[in-house]
Amino acid sequence: MESIAQLLQKIPKYDGLPEMLQALIPIIVSSIVIFALLALAVLFMVWLERKVSAHIQDRLGPMVVGGWHGWAQTIADALKLLLKEDIVPESVDRVLFKMAPFIVFLGAFAAFVVLPFGASSFVTDLNIGILYIVAVSSLSVIGIIMAGWASNNKYSLYGSMRAAAQVISYEIPAAVAIMTVVIYVGSLSMVEIVRAQEGGFLNWFLFRNPFLFLAFIVYFIASLAEVNRTPFDLPEAESELVAGYHTEYSGMRFAFFFLAEYANMFLVSSVAATLFLGGWTAPFSILQFIPGPVVFFVKALVLIFIQMWMRWSLPRLRVDQLMYINWKVLLPISFALILGAGWMAIL
Amino acid sequence: MEVNYSGDIMTLNMGPQHPSTHGVLRLELKTDGEIVADAIPHIGYLHRCFEKHVENVDYAGVVPFTDRMDYCAAMNMELGYVLAVEKLMGIEVNERTRYLRIIMAELGRIASHLIAAGTYGNDIGSFTPFLWCFRDREDILDFFEETCGARLLYNYNCIGGLTQDIKPGLEDKILKFLDRFEPEVDNLNRLLSDNFIFIKRTADVGILSPEKAISYGVTGPNLRGSGVRFDVRKDEPYLGYEEFDFDVQVGKGEHGRLGSCWDRYMVRIREVLESCKIVRQAIAKLSPGDVRENVPKRIKPPKGEVYMRTECPRGELGYYIVSDGSPKPYRLKVKSPCFTVMSAFRDMCKGTMIADVISILGSIDIVLGEIDR
Repeated sequence: MESIAQLLQKIPKYDGLPEMLQALIPIIVSSIVIFALLALAVLFMVWLERKVSAHIQDRLGPMVVGGWHGWAQTIADALKLLLKEDIVPESVDRVLFKMAPFIVFLGAFAAFVVLPFGASSFVTDLNIGILYIVAVSSLSVIGIIMAGWASNNKYSLYGSMRAAAQVISYEIPAAVAIMTVVIYVGSLSMVEIVRAQEGGFLNWFLFRNPFLFLAFIVYFIASLAEVNRTPFDLPEAESELVAGYHTEYSGMRFAFFFLAEYANMFLVSSVAATLFLGGWTAPFSILQFIPGPVVFFVKALVLIFIQMWMRWSLPRLRVDQLMYINWKVLLPISFALILGAGWMAIL
Repeated sequence: MEVNYSGDIMTLNMGPQHPSTHGVLRLELKTDGEIVADAIPHIGYLHRCFEKHVENVDYAGVVPFTDRMDYCAAMNMELGYVLAVEKLMGIEVNERTRYLRIIMAELGRIASHLIAAGTYGNDIGSFTPFLWCFRDREDILDFFEETCGARLLYNYNCIGGLTQDIKPGLEDKILKFLDRFEPEVDNLNRLLSDNFIFIKRTADVGILSPEKAISYGVTGPNLRGSGVRFDVRKDEPYLGYEEFDFDVQVGKGEHGRLGSCWDRYMVRIREVLESCKIVRQAIAKLSPGDVRENVPKRIKPPKGEVYMRTECPRGELGYYIVSDGSPKPYRLKVKSPCFTVMSAFRDMCKGTMIADVISILGSIDIVLGEIDR
């Protein structure tokens, strides 16, 4: 919030406002900025996903709305979803049903507070930044369970139970993989983690040593499962559970689930880019003139593209296989990695 | 399979409106968490009184109704009926008609198997194969459209011949399509069939042992997936299939036990290539002739009854016709391959997981229009 607070200081007579307002305004302003950024990124990602899937599937995808390659298609879709009737089925638990999409979105949204997009473009630099992300992003599970339970639909319930089991299980290898990085940095602050990787791509944790490279892969797989992307998209397995936990949702509330899904995708890609790919730092010293946020977004986009690529080419796992991969493959590997990385760090 | 169920049993209605029940099938699942204790199929949502209806329609008028049974392989459906009536009336068709029928039936088989493979990928969670398969199927539908004007329900075969000859140059187009299509099957294999996750999801799931398959009366790719070498085209040839060089593909149990979903799926993929072989040979044998040469003026079969079975994409399709000498069939009974395999479905599903039920249902490749008729 520091940078935004400083900008606000430049407004004339800002100091004259009451203390409470002075404290509140930066919070509100930064929330709006993050939300706008996120909404824009999601609109772009949905369009990108549709184009990527279309080209993988030998189609063209959206081509009409907006002229150039249908760039305005998602804007039109978002408007349509927002203008639709807000249907709340009769037998649902109304309070939980209405609240759930926002809580799911909140989990993804709150985590962006500590993401450093550039050397000075971040809302705040918590000294427990990465821990905060791990904690806050698991908040969305509560929303998913609320949605599944409140919908009063067996498919929704199945979807939410799967989501709960899956997200909580995969958090462990993801968190352990993150710890390998923390060992090297000695700090949980996201900004510190990026600063430790400055000076070309060879300093990125991805290329530091084989343990960290494997930790990146473990984190990437686990994070795919955390955000319910293929091949781990069981909670919303269309062919089995119709639409999983958001079967009963439509209109704006469905749009929020959708927003949350893509925001989560963006979040895990950003975290992976920050932790392993050097965040805003340029890969080569000649490229240092490029602004930090641009570098950051390019890195995140590459990871997002890989996620989309996997989604449109891989089938889905079964529940037991999903759990097997987590507890018997990823978890032992991640523990071995933390030992190996720790040993390398001492050397 | 013996499974101990710990908790309470919950009933989950899957269908008739569900993305992957392939039409309007309702499955009553008794579930304990993710495990399925029982899967009871309820059919009949698409019942259209086919068998009773055709008793009031003259023989030529039945053909469009047969199209509507298995709408994914309409060409093969009408072929079976037409052959049955011809057998009843003792009509011999000329060579060009025979080969054209074979070309169309095999193209229909390819199109149908492409739907089966594509939707199966979709059931397992991979959406791309579905569109790849439909892209290739589109070309086949274009051939059909060029020939008879229809893309789904053809009404192309008629008793004693075909409604019309193919347009000049279609043979070359088909050959060109096959040249392009055969490598695409390898692409599909790389994307789906040999995918590690796909194999994990389908191999060792929904085992139908050869003995069980035979005792349930399962036919077609589902029977061959269990390793039984039976194909009406080979074992009781009609239309001169004995002149063609093709193999009967059977499941080999490469991944896990024999008769798994993967085996059934793979039999279809391999059969597509065999069908390509047959189409090529038939086009090479094609000679000039009049396809309407033997079409009778009046269709009034003699008193009697006939059973004719053909190999349609989903298995052995049988038409049993009783004629009382009038221009309308006295009774027409269809032996439907999907219906018989549906009876084995419940047995295959017990003790599996919810995702496996979808996997098994996709692998037996049913079309509800044919089950319910």
